[in-house]
Amino acid sequence: MAETILMKGNEAVAEAAIRGGCRFFFGYPITPQSEVPEYVSRRLPEVGGVFLQAESEVAAINMVYGAGGAGARVMTSSSSPGISLKQEGISYIAGAEIPCVIVNMVRGGPGLGTIQPAQSDYFQATKGGGHGDYRILVFAPASVQEMVDLTIESFDLADKYRNPVMIMGDGILGQMMEPVRFPDGPDRPNPEKPWATTGKRGRKKVNLISSLNIEPEKMEEHNWKLHRKYREMEKNEVRFETDDVDGADVIIVAYGTTARVARSAIRKAAERGYRVGLLRPITLWPFPYAPLRELAPRVKAFLVVEMSTGQMVDDVKIGVEGKAPVCFHGRPGGMIPDPEGIVQEIDRIMTGRGARA
Amino acid sequence: MKTVFERPKSLRERLMHYCPGCTHGIAHRLVAEAIDELGLQDDTIGVASVGCSVLSYAYFDCDFQQAAHGRAAAVATGIKRVHPHKFVFTYQGDGDLASIGTAEIVHAAMRDEKISVIFINNAIYGMTGGQMAPTTLIAQKTTTSPEGRQAEHTGQPILVSEMLAQLRGNAYIVRASLHDPKHVIRAKKAILKAFRHQVEGKGFSMVELLSTCPTNWAMKPTEAVKWLEENMLPYYRLGEIRTPEGVD
Repeated sequence: MAETILMKGNEAVAEAAIRGGCRFFFGYPITPQSEVPEYVSRRLPEVGGVFLQAESEVAAINMVYGAGGAGARVMTSSSSPGISLKQEGISYIAGAEIPCVIVNMVRGGPGLGTIQPAQSDYFQATKGGGHGDYRILVFAPASVQEMVDLTIESFDLADKYRNPVMIMGDGILGQMMEPVRFPDGPDRPNPEKPWATTGKRGRKKVNLISSLNIEPEKMEEHNWKLHRKYREMEKNEVRFETDDVDGADVIIVAYGTTARVARSAIRKAAERGYRVGLLRPITLWPFPYAPLRELAPRVKAFLVVEMSTGQMVDDVKIGVEGKAPVCFHGRPGGMIPDPEGIVQEIDRIMTGRGARA
Repeated sequence: MKTVFERPKSLRERLMHYCPGCTHGIAHRLVAEAIDELGLQDDTIGVASVGCSVLSYAYFDCDFQQAAHGRAAAVATGIKRVHPHKFVFTYQGDGDLASIGTAEIVHAAMRDEKISVIFINNAIYGMTGGQMAPTTLIAQKTTTSPEGRQAEHTGQPILVSEMLAQLRGNAYIVRASLHDPKHVIRAKKAILKAFRHQVEGKGFSMVELLSTCPTNWAMKPTEAVKWLEENMLPYYRLGEIRTPEGVD
């Protein structure tokens, strides 16, 4: 078994990419994720890979388009304002069905916002981001180890579905150091990609990477084909974790860093006699609606906790289907919710003073 | 019977959507001939852009990627870094390359990215219906410069080749024209030299091709070639703008 080492989140995600078989990285510096390009600029050449610092996030994501379309395992990383710039490319990549992995170490917005951690890119990541009918698989790890495990797997999933996969962390996950263990054995292999543009040597037909379908009948057909793929992802890839939900009066729904704060709050709440559970979505898209639907009739209320003004609340309400109140506690703008604030909200809910979101 | 003229292998047998009198067809043919002559067809990956040449991939018989508006040079960079021994070229118009894609082309040239760029300059936006391009000449009327382009309002036409020629490195940058047979033959030589530049691993290469747009210039094809000759040639100097030995 590999040894446990202490590693910063941004460096760990970069190493995980290489273990996942990533050999090409195109990026642009932005706080709080710059250690990712810094790390791969040292590490990729050691494994015969290429790191290239692009002139902008726009160029970086289009280099990802080119490299992914050419058959490589490829990644880019950025933080919120940079991810906004990449949205055009992500839409094209989704349309052209190019596998790739995108890391977003989310910071507070809108605009230039702040460099402090936030979860305010939830809408952008899960509801489209760029133009057109498309979805991307979005993972929300809550620890450096989980970020490593999900990143390694992301390359397989990106190839399996020929779709972008996003690792959505935040400034805390990127910057903090935690013990982490990488798997033994060789890096994940890049599978054969008979559709990739490699030059048509050995092939009768040319390969084309494109998101263009001028004829609406063909574009519609393509849209339905993508839709069927997304349904398949919804069927296979929903991931979540629950803690102490059986017999809970209130269930907190929180992901990533916030789920860890929620766990502290749950312990504090227990000291005051409240039975509080946790549902932690690990995939933000596809979203775990089913467990919410199942739990809804058994609880007094759900409490959504986020580092935003409540972007996940709508999804929780969709899952709950009106069968229980959905309340919200959040700290946007780079502030981090503290356990006491969450406990106070639970107290309000339990004493009938909780405001519905 | 001896065949004296035929379709290049790298060009598909298919009707083109380009307007009568447009020089895209000639440019396509020259590129395909050059790919054939250098024996590159099976090792070529082209990058189509956005504009009239958006469908160029449909005419070339080689692997292709369709890039977002202006991003062809970045997409080509990604491809070339994955396949350094394949031949990678972009085919872009002046709206794509000289307006929205300026950052991408400047930085691809700065990195001396070993790709070849075919840059069609017809001084107008064709696909969207004849709007002003950064390459539109002073006093040239377009649908967004109805009184003619005025320098005090929108500046002077951009000289991309000369701009890129200022960069250090091994770039080969040449401007040619497609308005008559003599210049078409020269353009072919320029394309061949540019492609060889990449194949020999020397660096970035770009061929700017002065082209006509009779539809959006509102001219007959014969008037269009004359207009190009009389108006574009004095402003857009033909010949090698930069060779690896330095600025010409």
